Amino acid sequence: MAGLNLSAVSDDEDDADRDDRPVLSAAAVAAASRSTLRPPSLQTLLEDVPDSAAVPHTSSSGGDSEGKSKSADKSSRSRKLKHDVIEAVNELIQDINTCHEQIAEQAVEHIHQNEVILTLGSSRTVLEFLCAAKEKKRSFRVFVAEGAPRYQGHLLAKELVARGLQTTLITDSAVFAMISRVNMVIVGAHAVMANGGVIAPVGLNMVALAAQKHAVPFVVLAGSHKLCPLYPHNPEVLLNELRSPSELLDFGEFSDCMDFGSGNGAPLLHVVNPTFDYVPPKLVSLFITDTGGHNPSYMYRLIADYYSADDLVVQRRPTSGN
Amino acid sequence: MDPRRSARTVSDPKVRQVGFFTQPPPPDRSISDPPRHHDPIQSSSPSSPPVNDHSPSGNSLSPVMIPPPRHHSDTLLRTALQATSPTTSFPYSARTVTVPQENDDVSSFSPGRRVVSGKSPSSFPGVKASSVPASELTTVSVVNLPPGISEKSGGAAVEVQNDQLARSKPLKEKTSKAERRALQEAQRAAKAAAKAEGSKAPAAASKVGPSANTKPSKAAKPPSQKNDGSQVAPSEKKGGDRAPEKDRKKDAPHPRMQYDDASRVEKAKKRAVVKQTEARNRVELFRHLPQYEHGTQLPDLETKFFELNPMHPAVYKVGLQYLSGDICGGNARCIAMLQAFKEAIKDYLTPPEKTLIRDLTARISSYVSFLIECRPLSISMGNAIKFLKSQIAKLPLSLSESEAKASLMLDIDRFINEKIILADKVIVKHAVTKIRDGDVLLTYGASSAVEMILLHAHELGKQFRVVVVDSRPKLEGQLLLRRLVRKGLSCTYTHVNAVSCIMHEVTRVFLGASSVLSNGTVYSRVGTACVAMVAHALHVPVLVCCEAYKFHERVQLDSICSNELGNPDAISKVSGREEISYLDGLVNSDNLQLLNLIYDATPSDYVSMVITDYGMVPPTSVPVIVREYRREHLWS
Repeated sequence: MAGLNLSAVSDDEDDADRDDRPVLSAAAVAAASRSTLRPPSLQTLLEDVPDSAAVPHTSSSGGDSEGKSKSADKSSRSRKLKHDVIEAVNELIQDINTCHEQIAEQAVEHIHQNEVILTLGSSRTVLEFLCAAKEKKRSFRVFVAEGAPRYQGHLLAKELVARGLQTTLITDSAVFAMISRVNMVIVGAHAVMANGGVIAPVGLNMVALAAQKHAVPFVVLAGSHKLCPLYPHNPEVLLNELRSPSELLDFGEFSDCMDFGSGNGAPLLHVVNPTFDYVPPKLVSLFITDTGGHNPSYMYRLIADYYSADDLVVQRRPTSGN
Repeated sequence: MDPRRSARTVSDPKVRQVGFFTQPPPPDRSISDPPRHHDPIQSSSPSSPPVNDHSPSGNSLSPVMIPPPRHHSDTLLRTALQATSPTTSFPYSARTVTVPQENDDVSSFSPGRRVVSGKSPSSFPGVKASSVPASELTTVSVVNLPPGISEKSGGAAVEVQNDQLARSKPLKEKTSKAERRALQEAQRAAKAAAKAEGSKAPAAASKVGPSANTKPSKAAKPPSQKNDGSQVAPSEKKGGDRAPEKDRKKDAPHPRMQYDDASRVEKAKKRAVVKQTEARNRVELFRHLPQYEHGTQLPDLETKFFELNPMHPAVYKVGLQYLSGDICGGNARCIAMLQAFKEAIKDYLTPPEKTLIRDLTARISSYVSFLIECRPLSISMGNAIKFLKSQIAKLPLSLSESEAKASLMLDIDRFINEKIILADKVIVKHAVTKIRDGDVLLTYGASSAVEMILLHAHELGKQFRVVVVDSRPKLEGQLLLRRLVRKGLSCTYTHVNAVSCIMHEVTRVFLGASSVLSNGTVYSRVGTACVAMVAHALHVPVLVCCEAYKFHERVQLDSICSNELGNPDAISKVSGREEISYLDGLVNSDNLQLLNLIYDATPSDYVSMVITDYGMVPPTSVPVIVREYRREHLWS
């Protein structure tokens, strides 16, 4: 995924530059593949711009000075490229920092008086969203589901209470019981996929199904930096992260059950502790991004704004030698 | 001329009565027109002996209010009641003193068919007293009650309401149209006031007795009666000590007026054994449910262990076990309670000048109210208590005390054996036929029935995997997990949040239930609905395993109307993970509420099949079992 971030930087003007410069040398490719655990840094890619005799640099340290030792025209071009790229990166950082405000501005359009809102876990976007509505003097109450096993919901509840909102903390199992009394579900996202599906903290698929059954709108707040051009194939497995079982089971208490010496040696006890859940686009009512509100079926258009078609999949172009 | 004869011939078009009004007014009133009969089935009025002239206090007989006219036995019963009612008129009047005591417990825990017990059972020798339709109480003034709730007024409430009805009936006939309209307005206002008061404890029903004496005015009686009706109605399994809340609530925005009568509140508090302090920060939606501070009751009760009178030590012990959470689960709680009652019955001695039946019933009722104070009754417990009381009521008077006690203890043993232990065996036998090799079975929480099924299937040699889904705050699945792994089953353990990730591999879902209600809704541990919903979305069959004695006639649409609230501190503290302490110090903040639901209601369309000891049935067949089979087998 980090590789994607790199290509996300490429704006149209950088594209032209990139097309002009020679392709990566074989040495650079080898160096990059040596550091497969670490994605190629921007500097690495940029250092191989001038000519094929470039010494491969696997790290960005000292790359700067080496770059300056190249011939003048190449260095000026590379300097311009670096400048553009660094500027784009700064813009991206700026976007990420300001997306909360832009999303929170739209809060007043969606939250009216005497509403009951449900959320799960904790998301800074959601927190800002709700507080913006509170500042505009909308009165509403919030049900926060605690979001085991990380229990981020406790943090969010604490924040909301500190800002003066009526908050009720419930367990995740009580979501179906309470959702009939809820007007809207507002959640954050980890990533938004190209089909409009959402990679969200675990438990949100259950909430989305319950919301659909009770015809409660399911609103996802996501900054546009969370867009991902990938299509989710088997997301519960491939786009998921499994965390330590110790969050669910205490190893000390269950050490007798973890006996691997039984029978064929296969463990009798597996513990599944996924971090993320996939919410299909048909369960999402609305995406609120910093560019406004959108339907899930529209999200693929936004991807075109941020990703060039060439960069949808990170590939190494075959080196042609210089 | 026989007053009842004129009822048939003269029909006053202005006065229409719905339901059965069997008897004319007491002789001290100068009314000549008896109430009308509307039911065409009712044909026994001429045969009712003219007995009311003899009744001392003017109490009327038991009016049978729109019974379910489905069984021939019902009509038989009705006529039998009519015929035998004269003999009950005396016990009625004689027992108004003890009625308040009974009423508390009767309507507190027995939602649904309440046998008219405690009356002289000799009046119903050959009649199926169990199918007394008196529970379907639909009088004129109470017609506004939704039918599903009307059954909740206990039989004892029926007895006392009878007085009211008898007196109100002649009142109605005398009034002109304008007066009746005024009456209706008063009733509507009273009903609105009663609704504003929220849920009522059974003590409300007991209010009927004294209030009948203290409010002799015409207009007051129907409103008070309706008040009690609508007050008694919402009390599902309510404790008898709702009173302390009223006093302890300091800064509640809408103070809940439980009772109009302050003396009623005091009486309930005096009777309460457990001192409850109401929780701060109550969740608005759940104001109709009791919410108490946990942690204060157990030490208090433990110190009172030696001041037990009149509580029996076995019952006290069981109550403490409920309070501390040592006994958990529908079957376990029911069995523990019944065995405590068996001990109590064994040690019971009839006080002089009292009959065993009535006194024992009163004693059992007081035990039940204590248990309710410790922890609200589960539906299985409520049904068991109903059974016990009906057995007590059916004891023939000719038995000696030791014989009666032995018979009761035998009945309790029979109940436990047939309805719980054998039923579980039958359920296991049915359910293992649904498990095939290669299955991945998912279960939620710790259900005793499902555990037995899984262990038995493993013993039979079937190859399958189990996924145990668990949830906070009780984390009951860990206990089940440990027992399964010990026996050698390969298990996967996960939290309920991950159920939509894990459901892709699952082939069947087995769930337990605290009860299955008459609209097919499964009332079970909170989180069951989430699991069933996700299973349904992924087309995985859901099988609910529930013994038939846990079925209930009431209906429920969502999880909020009736539920149990647990200890809110269990939410803010995570056992085993001390680092999660974000909410320390915030618990007293006004803005923060912690909600710990114990049960939830799973809609019937998520359930594929219910496995009971009567077989494997769809959830829509549950009311059939309740009506057809339980009445014959259980209460007769």
